Amino acid sequence: MSIFDTFLNWKVFIGTLPLLLSGLWITVGLGLTAIVLGLVGGLGLVLLRLYGLLPLRALAIGYIDVFRSVPVLVLLIVVYYALPFVGLRLTAFWAATLALSLVSAAYSAEILRAGIEGVARGQFEAARALGFGAVRQMSDIILPQAVKLVIPPLTSNAINVMKDTALASVVAMPDLLKQATQAQALAANPTPLIGAAAIYIVMLLPLVRLVGLFETRLNRRAR
Amino acid sequence: MTAAPIIRMRGVVKRFGLFTALDGVTLDVAEGETLVVIGPSGSGKSTLIRCINRLESHDEGDVVVDGHTVSDKRQLALVRAEVGMVFQSFNLFPHLTVLRNVAIAPVRVRGLGWAEAEARAEKLLARVGLQAQIRKFPAQLSGGQQQRVGIARALAMEPKILLFDEPTSALDPEMVGEVLDVMQTLARTGVTMVVVTHEMGFARRVADRILFMDAGRVVEEGPPKTLFDAPRDPRLRGFLQAILSH
Ligand SMILES: Nc1ncnc2c1ncn2[C@@H]1O[C@H](COP(=O)(O)OP(=O)(O)OP(=O)(O)O)[C@@H](O)[C@H]1O
Ligand SMILES: [Mg+2]
Repeated sequence: MSIFDTFLNWKVFIGTLPLLLSGLWITVGLGLTAIVLGLVGGLGLVLLRLYGLLPLRALAIGYIDVFRSVPVLVLLIVVYYALPFVGLRLTAFWAATLALSLVSAAYSAEILRAGIEGVARGQFEAARALGFGAVRQMSDIILPQAVKLVIPPLTSNAINVMKDTALASVVAMPDLLKQATQAQALAANPTPLIGAAAIYIVMLLPLVRLVGLFETRLNRRAR
Repeated sequence: MTAAPIIRMRGVVKRFGLFTALDGVTLDVAEGETLVVIGPSGSGKSTLIRCINRLESHDEGDVVVDGHTVSDKRQLALVRAEVGMVFQSFNLFPHLTVLRNVAIAPVRVRGLGWAEAEARAEKLLARVGLQAQIRKFPAQLSGGQQQRVGIARALAMEPKILLFDEPTSALDPEMVGEVLDVMQTLARTGVTMVVVTHEMGFARRVADRILFMDAGRVVEEGPPKTLFDAPRDPRLRGFLQAILSH
């Protein structure tokens, strides 16, 4: 049996492609939901961390530290298998979304903080001297400038979230990886696994390249 | 001074940690007056004017601007609305066009519509000689042009008081004049101006009163003639000698 029959079997690949694609949509849906929720949560967290009342600040710091320390897989298993004991039963999709979003929010908050702190102090002073309130100062002056600084690291974070969606297969979510292992069992051939790996790469490699481009551009401008 | 002063500082102390940057400053500025603040580096000039619009919060004493106490949160909004500031490093908003830089505060702080705010911004920019640059971004302008945008941006809020913190110190020498000209014109419009500067020619020509600071205190004050031609305090004499000899 040649390597092509075993690992790159075209017929098996075509036969299991529909299954893989059905998994891909779930992966993409899960990833995008978690990225968006993580961003929204991260923005809330960073505003609390930088401008909240003291106890809220401490709470935000605690949250960020804890969720940057916990392995996503551990969190996912806790959410899926432990929360039902307190009456909270989530579907695999929402358990995975929750776990990924909770962690992504912590990372997004740290990235956004670096972005906000990267905006020159004079910008805050100019806005305050003109009479801007805290909210308008953020939305109109600071965040638009911070966004430029945080797009590369936020894209990196989005890539990580997308990759971590594969962990959801351990709570039996029919995502791309789960479907691929399923298909491998059905076809008695590992080609679907190779196919899944290729799909992940095709999906994320352009983003990885994009981050690289952003970074060289920012570096060049910084000089 | 007969009318109530528009800026009133009483025993103002500002500390940075253990260091005392303002050591009991008492000062009245009359409406319409142009006050120039001079003094050696580190004497507290910037700190003084930043306490007027509370970019720095003072630790002791009172700062009252047009009847509003700046340390009161609610009154501070009123103070900021009527005090404009021009910075040494311009601090223009780099993500906005020149026109938007000038129009944004009236829209976001005063609630004006964009069309009206931009029409007014255009007039102000014409006044500082920048009508041809309104669609550009700050980075595309020379330093002198940027600072004139900074002045127009402050004027857009129709301030009663304008604070200038070394507005020409970051400029190439050939651009200093164009900014000082705009400021001199402004001084004649009746707006109250507090100007920190090392431009002694400007101070002599335009100031109604000069304030000399050293080590966080007001050491000497008076009309430019008296201060420049008959300085009493030895520190002021030393300062003037040093500045005029280079
Ligand atoms: N944020 C700060 N933290 C600590 N020290 C400060 C801070 N701002 C100012 N100082 C100190 O306070 C003193 C007065 O500073 P200030 O900027 O008011 O001086 P200045 O008269 O404006 O000087 P310059 O002509 O150099 O601008 C200086 O010794 C400065 O080091
Ligand atoms: Mg200064």
